[in-house]
Order: sequence, then structure tokens, then C-alpha cells
Amino acid sequence: MGARDAVIVGIGWSDYPVAPELDAMDHHVLAMQRALADCGLEKSSIDGYATAGTGFQVDDAATMAEYLRINHRWIDGTSVGGSSFEFHVQHAAAAIEAGLCDVLLVTYGSDLLSRMGRRLGTSTFSNGGTRVRGPAQYESPWGNVLAGSYAMAARRHMHEFGTTSEQLAEIAVGVREFARLNPQAQYREPITVDDVLNSRLIADPLHKLDCCVISDGGGAFIMTTSERARDLAKPPVYVLGAAGAQTHWSISQMPDFTTTAAAQCGPEAFRRAGVRPEDVDTIQVYDSFTITVLMLLEDMGFCKKGEGGRFVATGVLRRGGRQPMNTDGGGLSACHPGMRGIFLINEAVRQLRGEGGVAQVPGCEVAVACGSGGFLSCISTVVLGKEGRS
Amino acid sequence: MTIEGLRDTLSARALPDPDNASRHYWQSAAEGKLVLQRCAACDAYQFYPRAFCVTCGGETEWVEASGRGTLHTYTIIRQNRSEAFVRLSPYVVGIVALDEGVRMMSNIVECELEQLEVGMALEVLLLEAADDVGLPFWRPARAG
Repeated sequence: MGARDAVIVGIGWSDYPVAPELDAMDHHVLAMQRALADCGLEKSSIDGYATAGTGFQVDDAATMAEYLRINHRWIDGTSVGGSSFEFHVQHAAAAIEAGLCDVLLVTYGSDLLSRMGRRLGTSTFSNGGTRVRGPAQYESPWGNVLAGSYAMAARRHMHEFGTTSEQLAEIAVGVREFARLNPQAQYREPITVDDVLNSRLIADPLHKLDCCVISDGGGAFIMTTSERARDLAKPPVYVLGAAGAQTHWSISQMPDFTTTAAAQCGPEAFRRAGVRPEDVDTIQVYDSFTITVLMLLEDMGFCKKGEGGRFVATGVLRRGGRQPMNTDGGGLSACHPGMRGIFLINEAVRQLRGEGGVAQVPGCEVAVACGSGGFLSCISTVVLGKEGRS
Repeated sequence: MTIEGLRDTLSARALPDPDNASRHYWQSAAEGKLVLQRCAACDAYQFYPRAFCVTCGGETEWVEASGRGTLHTYTIIRQNRSEAFVRLSPYVVGIVALDEGVRMMSNIVECELEQLEVGMALEVLLLEAADDVGLPFWRPARAG
């Protein structure tokens, strides 16, 4: 352990899942204010900033740094989809440890539901009469939708390993159990495997309840050095190890439809952290779709490749299980404003602090957050701990 | 859906905006020929078209493809809120593994949904969508 070990000291959420009175900027600001209040640091102390432009509005890093009036000496605008904020943790930890900045803010804000409705997963954004540039020219003419990309990974996983829709449904059911404990979750009614299977097909083999919700929401977290953290309001959470990797962007370029870049960055993050998957007390994993969870768990090494279906059905990930997963109700039930990655970090911190309330994982000392951005494309794994590296 | 029915859908689709790397690909498809890039140095095929060989960094040349492949994976789109595709639903989006070793996204057409199977043999069907763009579709391979 060293004086400049990177730690997370403040976390905040804007209002979710439905906040029609807030626009995207309001979400950024509210989350930042709450993260600052959480740790007691002054806004003027911030000298590093990261955010991920969504492309849905003018919210790139330079614009946001100006709007928030942050006089940074380090900035990161990495925007690789929902996992951007896990990538930010990796980059930020290196910057803090190298002395490039001392107090670093990461923010996210989205009014996706209130401004755009529920179109994200089931629309082709280009219509007849338009011309499409870039890699989308090889996909858009055939009317694929976001859910369809994940459905094709699920179909291939079923073909190669015999994974079933029932097994995928287990993931949605387990996450819903935690959503029931979160008063803010978008959907809280209990569901069964049959409910998932009986919900209508969106893109075979994925049913409606295999797909995440569409919400409004925002989040922020603040990082600093372990030394600076000593006199702050809350105990620090240590970044033990972080790693990211990319295999493709467009789904049609995915080299192996059953393996993500978590197979690279998962083991690397664990090695850097000096822990093994079995040491993890709670898993916060990107649940854009049930298949996303299954593949990330396999690839990180929580079970062998192809055994994800059997693994998720064991109950290990449920409330009261050995490694409870998505304890805030996840993107499948609680909140998904387009890029969910920041909530994985915040929920991991909340659990490691012991602030999980009725959803608290007992004896939580090590947590993992694994984000997936794009179309199972850009993956980052972050291992967080209550104590620093020994 | 018949080929004529399929032709009727072309105007509802977003079309490619050809760039330096893709212009010959789309133009050839409009003329009824499916072409692929192959590296002049390392012989690797690649898709989609790029300004260089992604395997070795070298120069590529255009070769005519066999037009045959298999279905690597697929989905049946039941809901697409975009006006252009509402009337087509449900339709099949698949990833085709070409015999040359590359993959592309397309629609699987002239195929009953119950007939769909990962690994099934497919053949290409090229339809002219504009003067400078032909779109490859894939259908179950006919015997012989």
C-alpha cells in the first residue's frame, strides 16, 4: 500500500428511473453535487475529469468540463459505450498514482426515457431514403436492431453449448429479486422463469424480460489518493485492479460470437488485483440483456466457457447466495439510461462500504464491476476492495 | 417473401454511402457480382472493405466471391419501431459465414422461419438498390 493508491471516496446518483423534469445536464450536475456531499470535498479541489459523450446530445468531455466549470489538469473523454466508466476507473487510477491529478470527478447523465422514449433497443436509426456512412453501411440496410445483435450472440451460444432460454431467464429472475429491495427500481413486481419465457419475443431468442429497461438517470463518483482520503467523510474503496479490452465494435465484426474481451481483461484485472474470481463477494455486471451477463461471467472466469447456463441456475448469484449479483436490481429491472457502467461502480462502492441496506451482502470485502460497451465490444473489468492491495 | 416482394422493400431501407474502400464493392453488387478483398501479400480475405489488409498491413485486390456460405447465427426481428421496417416484421437478420472465411450481416430470405438452422447452406442473391449500390441477400442454397 502506498500514499497515492487510487481510491473512490464519493458516489452520487441523480434521480432515476423516471425524471421528466431533469435534462441530461441536470443529471450530470445533480449526481456531481451528491457525490461531493457524500465525501465532503469542495468542488474547487477537482483537478481531473472524465465523462463519456453519448452522442444523443452535446455532452462530450470538453463541453461538460466547461459546463461544470472544472479547471482540470487531466481529462479523459473515452466513450466506448456502457463500459466507458469502467475504462475511466482504469485510466483515472493510473493518473492518480502517477500524480497527474489529485481529485478526479467522473459524471454521467441521460434523459433517454423522457426525451426519446423506449426506442433504443428496437429501432433502426436510419430510414429509407437516407445514406449511411462508416461500418453501419454494412448493417443498417438489413434492419438489425440493438436487441438483435445480442440475440445473435445468444443463438450462437445456444448452438455451441446447449444454453437454454430457461437458463437465461434465471438471470432476469435473480436480478428482479434485488430490484424488489430497491424502492427506486423501475420494475419491482416479482417474476418467474415462466414470466420471462411468456413475455413476447423481441428478437429471437430474446424475450422482452431478457432485455434491460430504458430509464432516465445519472451518476458520479470521485476518486483521490489514499492519503487524501484519510480525513474524508466515508471510508475509501480501493481500486485493486482494472483492465479493458476490445475485440470489435459492430456486431458483424465480432470474432467469436460466444466470447467477449472479458476473456482478456477479466483475468488481467484479477491478476493486477491479486485476487481470484472465487474471492469476489459481490458481482456487478453489465446486464443490458441476459446473454450479456452469461458471457461476461464465463469470460471473467466465474465458470468455464459454455457452463454459464448451469452456473446461473445454481443460485450462487441470488440474494443469500455466495456471490450476489447486481444488488441494486441491475439494468434488467432497476435503471438503464443508455450507458449503465457508472452504476456498477457506485453499487460496488455502496456494498463495500456496508451501505447496502436490506440488499447488503454480508462481509463484503471484494467486489467486481464489469462493463460491456457497444455490442459485446469494449469490455472493462474493475476489482474494488475495502482494503488496499497487501 | 418473393424476390419481387423483396425488391419492393428496398426503398424502405437505409442504403450505404459508398466511400473509397467500399465503392467498388457496392458498385459490383449493383452489377450482379459479389466481390471480396484479398491481400496480395498474405492471401487473407477480409470483410468489410478497408484501405489496407488488416492482417498484414499490405495492399488488397478484388476477387469475385463464390456466393456460397453457411448461417453462422441469426435472429428473427419481431419489433422494429422504425417505420421503414415495421411492415417487414418479422424478418430474419443473420450472420453469414462465406466459404472464403469472412462473415457478413444480411437478411435470410426465401426461407420459412421454421426452416432456419445454424449451419444451413446459403447462397447469395444480389439486388440492385440504386445505380451505385447492390445489396446482397442470402437464401437457402439450391441443390447442385
